[in-house]
Amino acid sequence: MSRHVSTGKTRNKFLSSTATFILGAVAMAQTAQATEELNALVWCDHTDPALIEPFEREYDVKVNLKEYEGTGAGLSIIEQSRPGDWDVFVIDGVDVHRAVEMGVLAEIPADALPTSDIFPEVVMAENNVVDGKTYAVTEKFGYNTISFDKTKVDPKDMEDMSVIWSDKYAGRIAVYDYYLPVIGLVGLGLGIDTADLGADDMPAIKEKLFAMKKVSKQVGEVVSSQTALATGEVDILVGGGEWITAVLSEEKPNLDWIIPKQGGLRWAQSIGVMKDSEKPDLALKFVQYIMSPEGQARLATSSCYWGMPANAKAGENLTDAQKAALRWDDQDGYLKNSQLYPIPDADLDAEMQDAWVEMLQQ
Amino acid sequence: MATASLETRENRRAWGFVTPALLWTVAFFVIPFIVMAAMSLATRKGREIVMAWNFDNYIEFFEKAHLLKGLFVSLEITFTVTIISVILAYPLAWIIAERVPQKWQRMALIMAILPFWTSYVVRSYSWLLVLAQNGVINNTLVYLGVISEPLELASTRSATVIGFVHFFVMLLTLTIYANLVQMPPNYRRAAADLGANGFQVFWHVVLPLTLPGIMVGAFLTFVLCIGDYITPQILGGNNELALPQVIMLQLGRRADFPMAATLSIILMVVVTLAYIACARWLKMERT
Repeated sequence: MSRHVSTGKTRNKFLSSTATFILGAVAMAQTAQATEELNALVWCDHTDPALIEPFEREYDVKVNLKEYEGTGAGLSIIEQSRPGDWDVFVIDGVDVHRAVEMGVLAEIPADALPTSDIFPEVVMAENNVVDGKTYAVTEKFGYNTISFDKTKVDPKDMEDMSVIWSDKYAGRIAVYDYYLPVIGLVGLGLGIDTADLGADDMPAIKEKLFAMKKVSKQVGEVVSSQTALATGEVDILVGGGEWITAVLSEEKPNLDWIIPKQGGLRWAQSIGVMKDSEKPDLALKFVQYIMSPEGQARLATSSCYWGMPANAKAGENLTDAQKAALRWDDQDGYLKNSQLYPIPDADLDAEMQDAWVEMLQQ
Repeated sequence: MATASLETRENRRAWGFVTPALLWTVAFFVIPFIVMAAMSLATRKGREIVMAWNFDNYIEFFEKAHLLKGLFVSLEITFTVTIISVILAYPLAWIIAERVPQKWQRMALIMAILPFWTSYVVRSYSWLLVLAQNGVINNTLVYLGVISEPLELASTRSATVIGFVHFFVMLLTLTIYANLVQMPPNYRRAAADLGANGFQVFWHVVLPLTLPGIMVGAFLTFVLCIGDYITPQILGGNNELALPQVIMLQLGRRADFPMAATLSIILMVVVTLAYIACARWLKMERT
């Protein structure tokens, strides 16, 4: 009998707790439904909660983020999505035209953006503006160049790009697995400007790529490259820069980066509002938040990777240590000695990718 | 008449049982396979995919050495892993089946398959830490004075093979163990009574009877290994690309779905050939 009573009590307890849980879940679901949602197709630096949560709180909105790598992959995701699925798009600065040609991006009122606060060299109107209409704005930039462990290599050797295919540091080099910047760097090492890089240059570039592969220990994506450099597996990272070493500046002060005398590659990412967005106003508010000094400082020091904020006023929100890691005071010289990514047409792009896979298979 | 009616009813019942599985297979294998096969006959022009209905992608695969090499790398890794896994798994299965007391066998099997319970990705990254220059193996060897400089273990084909073998030894151990415990002990006693020594009993009786278990495990190892992307990607250091990595490059970086479909079909053909070889050996072919 007592057992029966006990079982009955237990059952009642179970039923009441289940009901409470279900009611709670329904209430939560209703709350979630009441909150507006914004869908953003982004690079991994935007997924840092420290960046997104202040915007979500201010506008009572849930920002759904999907990260991607490489413009081709991003555009494929959009092609496979329904119109209106995405509200905000972060894209490589050099590919904004491609997105505009595809009819992906909406015009942004020029006066809605803090253009006058942006470092003049990275306004990049030739990329972000088409036919006099602004479709995107540069939000962050940095360099693909050479990162190294200054306690293990001679920093003077890093001033010459040819170090990446020389035997001196054979087996101590990692290569960032992204064909565009690394091919651009090899081109710079051969004296070819990225803007002039064409199919005729590919045989010479391939030869140097293969030589570089021969002396390298690994070719890896961001995390494995960073880990290899941080753990001492390798001493040099080709294609690295502040985005690899700055985030580790406190823990690994031995890591450094340099732009060789031949120059470095400058990457820049832009942000825009999707043309088919059903919430263009909210999407624009998100872009404005990202471009604000506060948003820019958070984006610059995102947990995924660091990079220079495009908005010069972000400096007010960065600490001295953060600025030092980003080389804030050296930007004048760096901007002058860096070039944008190569912009290959479809055929050259295919040739570059083939060369890259050939190099990997060496 | 009554027999015919009974036969019809039996047939209907049989179809009733088979239809759900058939629909499932059609929906999730046959149709996707047809779509993939059709896609492999398309071409990527610029950013667009054009249905060209030709075999250009297949020709390109055989013409471009770096694509073809992906297949050879996959085959070399897969055969190496399968052979090493069989060599390691057989004694392990034999020890569990023959030397471990019956009451502890279940525990021994659980211990053997324990690594199955951890995430495949986590396990691969763990191996990276073990094999790294400052990893457990190198540190131990340097500490013991066996080597003065750390060995290059991570980001090599050896690392990929080690990661795979760790996983597939467990799988093979299970299939071989299942075979060993099903074998009546009388066979070995009879062979011994007829004068066979320990090695002869193993070679002429035990091994032939456990070959089906080895073959089934080896086939599963082959199929899972040749199609795996994660282990070579994490442990191989991109120093060479296996076919699944080449497929991922077509998808993720080039958005070249026709070439990715072509490579996938080629991978399927290889797996099918392996299955036919295995089935013929096991006399499972329906001829």
